Amino acid sequence: MIHKPATTIGNDNAAPKKAKLGVILFIAYTLVYSGFVLIGLTKPELMGLEVIGGQNIAIIYGFGLIILAIVMGFIYNYFCTRMENKMNKN
Amino acid sequence: MIYEVSNLAIIIFLFIVGLVLGLSFYFARKTKSAASYYAAGGNIHWAVNGIAFAGDYLSAASFLGICGMIAYSGYDGFLYSIGYLAGWVVALFLVAEPLKKLGKYTFADALDSRFNAKSIKLAASFSTLVVSIFYLIPQMVGAGDLVVPLLGLPHWIGVLIVGAIVIFIVATAGMTSTTYVQFIKGALLVIFSTVLTIYILNNGLKLTPDENYHKYAKLEAVVANDTIVSIPDPDYLLKATKVVGKLVFVQLEKNGSICWYKLNKDGESAVLDEMLFTTDHPDGSKTYNGAPKSEKKFYQVGHLSKIIVDGKEVDQTGPVGPFEFIKTIESSEIVRFTKKAFSNGDDRVTVWYQNVTKGTDVMKPGLLYKLSKAAGATFWDKMNFLSLMLALFLGTSALPHILIRYYTVPSQRAARKSTIVAIAAIGFFYVLTLYMGLGAMINGVLDVESSNMSGPLLAKSFGVGIFSIISAIAFATVLGTVSGLIVASSGAIAHDFIDMYLKVEMTDKEKVKAGKIAAFSVGVFAIILGILFKGMNVSFLVGLAFAVAASANLPAILFLLFWKKTTAKGISWSIVVGIFSSIGIILFSPTMYDKYGLVPKDAPIPLDNPGIISIPLAIITLVVISLLTQKDNSTKDFSK
Repeated sequence: MIHKPATTIGNDNAAPKKAKLGVILFIAYTLVYSGFVLIGLTKPELMGLEVIGGQNIAIIYGFGLIILAIVMGFIYNYFCTRMENKMNKN
Repeated sequence: MIYEVSNLAIIIFLFIVGLVLGLSFYFARKTKSAASYYAAGGNIHWAVNGIAFAGDYLSAASFLGICGMIAYSGYDGFLYSIGYLAGWVVALFLVAEPLKKLGKYTFADALDSRFNAKSIKLAASFSTLVVSIFYLIPQMVGAGDLVVPLLGLPHWIGVLIVGAIVIFIVATAGMTSTTYVQFIKGALLVIFSTVLTIYILNNGLKLTPDENYHKYAKLEAVVANDTIVSIPDPDYLLKATKVVGKLVFVQLEKNGSICWYKLNKDGESAVLDEMLFTTDHPDGSKTYNGAPKSEKKFYQVGHLSKIIVDGKEVDQTGPVGPFEFIKTIESSEIVRFTKKAFSNGDDRVTVWYQNVTKGTDVMKPGLLYKLSKAAGATFWDKMNFLSLMLALFLGTSALPHILIRYYTVPSQRAARKSTIVAIAAIGFFYVLTLYMGLGAMINGVLDVESSNMSGPLLAKSFGVGIFSIISAIAFATVLGTVSGLIVASSGAIAHDFIDMYLKVEMTDKEKVKAGKIAAFSVGVFAIILGILFKGMNVSFLVGLAFAVAASANLPAILFLLFWKKTTAKGISWSIVVGIFSSIGIILFSPTMYDKYGLVPKDAPIPLDNPGIISIPLAIITLVVISLLTQKDNSTKDFSK
């Protein structure tokens, strides 16, 4: 017996495009995240360097990663909703 | 530590627990089918589900564990906040919508949707069970820690209370009540953490946290040839000296009472700094600062030794803004209390010595995870850091109790939107953890025996009201998360294993009954583990659960979604290798060696977090086995 989803979901013509956008945004975020990890591994002393308003790189980068995830989430949703509205009209 | 119990705290606690139980009763009447029990009928609104996601995710690890870790290790604790949130990116961009489309009730349903293979059902149900249990341990430990100051009860009773309430909740109502409990609790946690942060900023930074804060004694000492000779103060008698690595601890006697000090030498002059200490005696008794616990000689700690504002030393700052708060801590000096244990004759002595730390070191990675050569970082120290960041990033979208929440909403669009609501709420909360953790670090509230209580004890320093509310919410946090985990576990046993793998014929009513019996069994098991793991930082334990999840589940999910050559055998073996390699590494890690009472340095695997080895191992297994079993796929039609 092959399982079916918990709720009936109609055919989504936008699915391939949304998946592609998801992968692109995922790669972009992963690169930024990897940058943070890489600084920690190779040049940890850089983390203490003051950059803006008396805040060091560790704080700016750490807060930045959190805010970036939220912003990218909204961007992703905006484009996915547009694709769904355009491609699933019928 | 002995805490004063407040009636207000008990009333608020009972009110919140009553609210949770009331909701369960209400939704129990609506739970008639398996779809309702496991997936709330698939009809939850995306905004409610998003906050419920936050409720699920902001478990004991986030509020209790991260705040505690920041309070003791500064920015290194905040690494958990960054990693936990980053993990949601993987969930949103790669997993949320496809998984919603594939699954029915459980994570195994989704994995098996293409293959209908018994091996996947077995491996996935086993993996769900293992990961859920790993995640349950810290929740139960956190619950036990909470009731100590809140209700004045022992740790094990807290674990028992949570276990009993949760078994009751899950056995009555399933996913619907769990969702609404998480929604209410998630929202309350974010709101009251914001209130607590406002208190912290308004309080500012002070050299003396409050008038009752203990004033640490400093004694002069006479040293010759690197050996302490005498104490000029006639009230003190030199009893013993203990060298532990580079540290020298001195045992003194004052008016018949024993105390321990740390020797600090600066050129020719030497001073002794007062410490906190506990002594485990051979007869099984334990004393706190040389006296029984009931004498309350063991006090809360954590303060600033120097505050610098605009280049000038000050005693206090007054209210500060969020950026000014961080900047001021960075330019100041903090007294942390660092733990060391050693034997003194037949006694086992644990001391917490004053460790003056520059704010610049607190506000960057390095206090817990050694990274720079100057701090003596080794290759394995760096691997530990890398492994943690990898496991946190990849673990979120592999957690069964998070994955099943995608089945409670009606559409893929709703799954996506609820994930974004979750990211916004969780992200905001994680920013607050830095303030709550640092606030606890400098406000004289830390209980050195339990880092997990830093957040609630900080709240207590601002008043019993906010402490009671925050603690009751944290307790509800544990209740909600444990409920979700037990629903996931019971689904793995009753639905994936008994129904789908063993093919036991059951009516819909019998399936729900099987789920409830499974929930009860897992609950009892979790209670036992919660008692056994007392004293460990819950965020560290959750980090391990993330590593097991990322190793066992994520390669299977991602390759199923994005690699057409994936086979059923590839998925099954990847899950098995991921589970056993990650757990094997954990069992032989330095932290577990310490837990066994062995020397951590003797651990055969010098890694505390297994992700860096076990995740690639699971991926390689999946790819190799899939390539070797391609003929299995050629007999199936995957065009749909």
